[in-house]
This record gives sequence, C-alpha cells and structure tokens, in this order.
Amino acid sequence: MARREPALRGNGWLRLPFWLTYLFLYAPIAVLVVMSFNRNKTPYSWGGFSLDWYGRLAENSSLRTGLVNTLIVALGSTALSTVLGTLLAVGLARHTRSRVLDALSTLPAILPDLVLAIGLLVFYSAIKMTLGLHSVLVAHTVFGMAFVTAVVRARLGHADTSLEEASQDLGATPYTTFIKVTLPTLAPGIVAGALLAFTLSLDEFVIAFFTHAPSQPTLPIVIYSMVRFGVTPEINALATLLLAVSFTVVIVAQRLTKLTEAL
Amino acid sequence: MTPSPAGRRAAARVATLGPGFAFLTVFLLVPLALVLSYTVFRRGRFGGIVYEPTGENFARLADPLYLDVVLGSVRLAAVTTLLALLLGYPTAYMIARLPGRWKAIALVAVVLPFWTNFLIRTYAWIVLLNSQGPVNSGLEALGLGPVELLYTDGAIVAGLLYAYLPLMILPLYSAIERLDPQLREASANLGARPARTFWSVTLPLSLPGVLTGCVFVFVPSLGNFVIPELLGGGRRIMVGNLIRDQFLKARDWPFGSVLALAVIAVLVLLLFAQAWAGRRAGRNG
Amino acid sequence: MTRHVPVVLASAGLAFALAACGGASSTGEAAPATLDAKADLSKQSLTISIWDGYSPKDLPQTVKAKLGFNTTVAIHDTNETVMAKLTAGGDSGIDVAFVSGQYAQALNAQGLLEPIHADLVPNLTNLYPEAAQLPYDKGNTFSVPYTWGTTGLCYRSDLVKTPPTSWNDLLSPPAELKKKITMMTTERWLALPALKMLGASVNTTDQATLDKAKAMLLKVKPDLLAYDDTTFGDRLKSGEAAMVEAWDGWCPTDQENIKFVVPKEGSDLWVDTMVILKSSKNKEAAHAFVNHVLDPSVHGWVPPNILYKVPNKTAMESVDPALLKDHPELAQTPADLLKGEGLIDLGEASVAYTRLATEVAAAQ
Repeated sequence: MARREPALRGNGWLRLPFWLTYLFLYAPIAVLVVMSFNRNKTPYSWGGFSLDWYGRLAENSSLRTGLVNTLIVALGSTALSTVLGTLLAVGLARHTRSRVLDALSTLPAILPDLVLAIGLLVFYSAIKMTLGLHSVLVAHTVFGMAFVTAVVRARLGHADTSLEEASQDLGATPYTTFIKVTLPTLAPGIVAGALLAFTLSLDEFVIAFFTHAPSQPTLPIVIYSMVRFGVTPEINALATLLLAVSFTVVIVAQRLTKLTEAL
Repeated sequence: MTPSPAGRRAAARVATLGPGFAFLTVFLLVPLALVLSYTVFRRGRFGGIVYEPTGENFARLADPLYLDVVLGSVRLAAVTTLLALLLGYPTAYMIARLPGRWKAIALVAVVLPFWTNFLIRTYAWIVLLNSQGPVNSGLEALGLGPVELLYTDGAIVAGLLYAYLPLMILPLYSAIERLDPQLREASANLGARPARTFWSVTLPLSLPGVLTGCVFVFVPSLGNFVIPELLGGGRRIMVGNLIRDQFLKARDWPFGSVLALAVIAVLVLLLFAQAWAGRRAGRNG
Repeated sequence: MTRHVPVVLASAGLAFALAACGGASSTGEAAPATLDAKADLSKQSLTISIWDGYSPKDLPQTVKAKLGFNTTVAIHDTNETVMAKLTAGGDSGIDVAFVSGQYAQALNAQGLLEPIHADLVPNLTNLYPEAAQLPYDKGNTFSVPYTWGTTGLCYRSDLVKTPPTSWNDLLSPPAELKKKITMMTTERWLALPALKMLGASVNTTDQATLDKAKAMLLKVKPDLLAYDDTTFGDRLKSGEAAMVEAWDGWCPTDQENIKFVVPKEGSDLWVDTMVILKSSKNKEAAHAFVNHVLDPSVHGWVPPNILYKVPNKTAMESVDPALLKDHPELAQTPADLLKGEGLIDLGEASVAYTRLATEVAAAQ
C-alpha cells in the first residue's frame, strides 16, 4: 500500500477544528458517564462514587428487551438499506439521467419524520398489516436507504468510469465488473453510509413509535417513556454501558476484519 | 447467445434501480400520497378526516404567523448548517488523510456518541449549559460569567449542531477520501500554494459531498421539535413543532399535511438545485 | 422524466382508494358487541397502553394470577402520541388505553370506543358518586376514571417572599421571581391561568376572551424561565425555578420546602381514564382488567406510591392518615375537586387553542 502523506503535518491549521469537533462530540458524553457513577440523583452535586445505578439497571428487563429489539431492527434495516441504497446509487450515476428519480431517492431523508411515521401507520392499517419488528425494520429501511444512496452518490459524484470500461473491454460480465471493480472503489462510501443508517436506526424514536407493535418496543421507545420526566442516573448508566460495549465491539471488529483496508 | 449492448444496459438499469424504487414506491410514495391526500379534505370535529373536499387548508397557509415561524427556523437551521460545515469540513479532511488504522477509529468516533440515545444526550447538554453547570462555572472562574446560556437560540443551535454534525462529516469524508492525493501533489508541483490547491482543486471536487452534508443537516434541523422544547425552553418554535402540533395537538391532520407538503415542496426544490449543482461540479471535474 | 409520472399517479390513486375505504369502514358500526360474561378469559390476552410508572409494576402478574390471562404493558409518553396511534385507522394492537377525559371523549366521538358494559365491571360501585358526574362522560358510559386532580401553583416556600394565592402571582410575577417561573406548554393548560384570571371558563370558545388571554400570556413570556410540562418538579428541587404551574400529583411535596396551592380564582378538574377500544378482540378480558384495577387493593396502590388521588371511595378511605397530613393536596375531597371545572374536548374550537399556543410560542 502506498504510504499516505502524514496527516498531522502540514495541515496545522486544520488541527484546531478537528480536535474541537471531538471535544464538542464527547463533552456531553463525559457528563453522562460521570453522572452514572454519582450517588446523588441530581446532576448538580457529587455524592460520591457509586455503582448502585448499574445494579438497578440489571433488574430492568424492559430495557433488555428493548435493546434486543433495537439491535434486530438496526442490523436488519442497515443490511437492507445498504444493499438497496448502493445499487440505487450506482444506477442513478450510471444508468439514468432522471432528476426525478434522483430527487425521489433522497426524499425520505428530507421528509419530516412525523409525516413518514403517520403515512406508514395509515398505510399499514389500510393493507391490514400486523405491526411488529418487521414493520419498524421496513420503515427504517425507507430512510436508511436514502442516506446510503446519498453518501455513496457523493463518492460517485464525478465518476471515473475508465476502470469499469477496461474491465468490460477485457471481457468481464457486468456482474463481475460490478463485484470486482465498482464495489471496491465504493467501499469507503458504503461503509460510511451503512454506519449512518445503523446510527440513525439505533436512535430513531418518532417513526418507531408509530410503527411498532405495543408488545415489542425498541430501546428508544422504552427510554423515552422513562426519561420524559427527567433523566435518572440509571439511564445514564445504561448509556455508559452502551458506549462501553460499542467501543469494545468496534475495536474487536477492527482488529478482526479488514475494515481498515477497506477505508 | 450474447445479449446486445442495449439489452445489457437495460438489464443493468433494472437490476440497479429496480429493487430500490419498487421498495420506495410501496413504502414511501403510497404512504406519502395517503397523507398528502388529506390536504384537500376537512378535519373531523373531534379529529380524523371527513372526506368532503375543501380548499380551506391551503388558504390557511397564507397566515403570516406561519411565515414568521418558518423564517425564524430557516435562520437557525442555516446557522447550524454553516457551523457544521466549518467544523465538519476540516474534520472530514483530516480523517481522510489519517493513516488507515486511525482513520477507522476517527470515523467511528464521530458516530459513537450517537449510539447512546438522543434524549439522554440532550439532557446532558442541559446539565452542561445550566446556570449551575460546568460551562458557567468555567466562565465564572475566568470572571466572564455567569451567562444565560440555556433556553436561548444559541442553546438550540448547539443542540441541533450536536445532533446532526455526523450527517455533515460522513458524506464529506466519503467525497474527500476519493480525491486522488496525486491531484494535489500535481497542483503543488506546479507551484500552487496549499490554499490555492484547496480552493481550486480539493474544494470543487468535494462539492457533491458538501451539498449532501448541508442538505442532511439543514433539513432535519428545520424539522426537529424536541430540541427547541428542551434546550430552547419552548420559547421558540420551529417548523417541526408546527407540523407536530397540527398532527398531535390540534388533531388537524389536513392542515398538518398542508404544512408538511409546503415544507417538502421547498426542500424538493433545494434537492433539485443540489442535483443540478452536483452534476455541474461533476462535469467540471 | 415523463416516464415516471404514471408510477406517481398510480401510487396516488391507490392511496386515495385506500384512504376512501379506510374512511368508510370506520363509520356506521353503531351496535355494541354482545359480550359473553362467561367467556374463557385464559384464551384471551391483553395489551394496555399507559404512562410509565402509572400502575403497579406487578400488575401483569396479579392479573394473571387472578384472571388467568397475559397482559402486555405498552408505554406512551403523552395523550397526544397515543391518540395519533389510536386514530390512524385499523387495529393499533391496544385493547385498553389510559387517556385523559377530554381525549376519551374525542375517541368516543370518532366511534373508536367500546361502551363500558357495567355488568362486567361490578367494582364500579367502589367509585365515589361524584365520579359519575364528570362532564366529558356523564355516567361513565365509555370511560372509567382512574385518577383525578387539579392544576395549581407548586412553589419553593424558601425562595418566594410571599406564598402565591392567585394566578396573578404567576402572570405578573414580582421582580425576584423573574426567570424563576415556568408555565405548561400543552395548550389547554397554557391558557388556563389567564382564562381563570379573566373569570372565564377553561372550556371557553369565545375568540375575544382567547385574544385577551393571549395578550396576558405574551406579557409574561419574557419573565418565564421556560415552558415545561414534564420536568418542572426537578427544576423546583434544584432551585432553578421557584414557582411553576403544575398538576397536583406532579408537585414534589415530599420535599420539605415545596408546597402546592390552588389559586383562589379556581382551576380545572382533570381526569385520567381507562377506555376499551372497539378494535379490541379481547373485550371480555379488557372489562375484567378494568374491574381488577378498580379493586381497592390495586387502585389503592396509586395514592401512596405516586401521590395521585383516585376516585375510588374504598381505596381512598384506606389511605394512611399520616400520608394525608404530609400531602394536604391528597386530602382534597371529591366535592373540593368538583369545584374545579372539568376539561372537555372542544371539537372544532380546539384549533383555536392550538393557534393561541402557536402565537405565544412564536412571539419573540
């Protein structure tokens, strides 16, 4: 692999906003992690270190059910969005000039979530579809797909098609060309898009609220009903645990896979 | 028998565009058309829809009250988008230039806070910005405070920026990463200074990413209704609150649909502009 | 571009067709179902939707033990969200919903509620006679009251100079309370203090009165810390706020310095109710559930645990007198409560309240 130019040299003026971004992103996270270990219930005074809230968390089975449901929905809708969205992005860049289709592919990303939520709920009841995790999964795919399409499209923006043409000239089928040439070029865009779709699904509330079966709530629905009247340290403990687990999963995944090279 | 090139192209078109648009037609266009069909009907006395055609709902759109709200929220959303771009572009640029391993970590670190929960993070901001919170303690220690931070437009912008910054960084990363470093090296070898290389090579080529990121941040900022309530203390409402209130509080689905349609119409125009600019940038590149 | 028009038109056409049949099917089912008093409940199962922490945690277990069917508890955060879900047409999957009285009234007006079959709910006799006199549903024909209360001022006795007695203390706050007060954002309660100051009904639909109320609300806006109807209790505890508009049950009077008062101009009477959805396929179990909740051993859980009053005479009589001493607002009698004006759904006029709330919130 060709050595990349060292990033942190020669870009001095970029360092400030770079670190500022991460400071901004992690300042509230630091607050909630600290509060999860606070014996006091109020966030404004420190009552000493305590793990009580984590203990209470273990007793809360609705949070556990919610977490499992959320992971099913997020993983499923991310997989579906990534496949459909990537195909769509390639199709839009290579196989059509229609601006209507172009705009349509981004429409879910710009639709007020409440409108999509109510539209889907009315639609599901009109076709007499029973609500469940599948109805949330489909709903999340609608907007997840739009984000994948747009991010992959941004990478295809002014596509260099010479490699693909060369591949076809050498007798490769369109399918082989797509798998062996197009996809690898798009990998960083696909990963970024999938990451977005997953992140958005994990934390989505409005659409999930309207399209879920009452017996199968996702985690944001469980949490929203609990914190509507103020966050408790128990919820902060949950957030901290989620972060810790995500960190671990990401680090392990990164070691085990070739994710690094794909980027 | 080998298919003709035209046949192949048609097959490729169907294979790439078919599944996605079939899905969108069923689960986006039909539900959306259902909601938008309400725009021409009457609200029932206690909510619901009465299927009697009327043009009244559209007439109400002319009310200056709603225009005020729209202009106010466009301003806040625009400020948020600008700040997101100012923070996000350099960040995405740096991430794209990091060595492989660090790149993956930096990228995931952008979205990781969002794997917690939106409300929890927003409440953390309340703690941070509160008159007794750490930011104000810091300002006081420096002799600058206390300053009223919470329940201001500034707090709303901070909350929106926090909620949507990754939606700026990821498309930018995707667009910048693909730029060939050789392009910039070539530019540098031709004697261009880094600033000039940036303005005449990097920025124009990453423009599709910039536009995508701006739409991704601007649009949901306009539609968010929880942040104005929690961080703005309900003292300002945005377009999202307007639509939410019609659907949930007034149970006036027809007028809620009209408001939604108006917002969608404006945003679709924006999208067309974006697609047009994207293609232009593509041709120039 | 023209090639795609048919798709869009077709989906729009399909949508209209779906909307039309959805609309047709939701009307004209007048006859109430005949329910089988001897139905085998163990073959049914129930999904209820309620606010978080508003019922005993072991409710599904006690229901299972006593009545033999499984209960799923779904949580909603506000009346508004569950209403949207219930009114979208089709089966929401919810059998019994807990909503405030005026929302129950609106659901009933849309033909979505099963009438209460009183013969299947013998425990209705545990309720105070006053609880059958509530204006949104006289005689409890489609709803059963679960909790009731009123709205007033909740304040920190150590942070206010003189204890508030009037809505005017909120609407024209003294200098030391500026930026230390909150009002509710939900429109009916946002308008309430001003309407009561004007001597008007909380259910008024007179535009001139609403305009006057709006002027009062706009005048006080710069002095408010925030509009809040969820976290005002925490704000009082932390001292961020000194006086807030609050529902009685939500005022944390278990704290030493926090007190609750109903202003002298009067206030409302709100009721949270249980309703059974017409779309439910488990109506016998639903009635058995409602009856179970009205059992004093279950209903009596409410006052000591979440500090709300229940309209259940037997349950209220068994409340520990020490608790009533610590929480005087729990001791309000049904007669006291009925002095408050019952909130009802205003139909067409509710749009005027939404507009009022929008105008107040939009003013900068």
